[in-house]
Amino acid sequence: MASVLLATILAIFTTMALALWRAIRGPSVFDTIVGVNVFGTKTVLLIALIAYFSGNNDLVDVALVYALINFLAVIAVLKLVRQRDLAASREHADD
Amino acid sequence: MIETLIGIISAAMLLTGGAFAVIGGIGVVRFPDVYTRLHAGGVTDTIAPLLIVGGLVLQSGWHLLSFKLLLILLFLLFTTPTASHATARAAMAAGIKPVTKDGHRRSGAPSSNT
Repeated sequence: MASVLLATILAIFTTMALALWRAIRGPSVFDTIVGVNVFGTKTVLLIALIAYFSGNNDLVDVALVYALINFLAVIAVLKLVRQRDLAASREHADD
Repeated sequence: MIETLIGIISAAMLLTGGAFAVIGGIGVVRFPDVYTRLHAGGVTDTIAPLLIVGGLVLQSGWHLLSFKLLLILLFLLFTTPTASHATARAAMAAGIKPVTKDGHRRSGAPSSNT
C-alpha cells in the first residue's frame, strides 16, 4: 500500500510541476490564476497523501486549512485583478 | 478477505485519481486558450480529489481522520467549481476571446467591456 501511496504522490508532484510551468509561462494573468488554482488543489491532496504516507495524522488538519486558504486566495487575486483595489465597492469599480 | 478487497478498491481509486491529475496537468500545459486550460484544470480538479480522498477514506475506515478527509472533500467540491467559474467570468469580463473552431483567435481588439 505504501508503494501505491508513493506512486500517487509522484503523480501529484508531476501535476504540480506542470501547473507551475503554466503559472510561470502563462501569457495572460488568468493563465497564471488557472495554474495557481490547480497547484493549490493538488497541494491539498499532496498534504493529505503525505499524512497517510508518513503516518503523521496531524497533517490532515493542515490540508483542511490549506483548502480554505487556497479558495480565498484565488478569489482575492481575481478581485484584485478585476478591480485593482481590494477595498473597492461594487458600485464604484464596476466599470 | 474484505480487507484485501477494500485495499484493492482503495489502490485503484488512488491510482486512477493520480492518473486524472496528470492528465489534467498535461491539459493545462498543452491547451491553447484560457478557457480550454480552465476546462482541463477545473474538471480534473473536481474528479481527482473525489477519487484520491475516497481512496484514503477507504483506507482509514471509521475514524476521525475520515471525517476530516470528508470535510476536505466537501470544501474542495464546493470551492473548486466556484473558483473555476470566477476565473472564467473574470477572463470573459477582461475581454479575452475564446479560440474559435479554426484554431485562430477572432480578429479585432479585445473589447474593453465598458
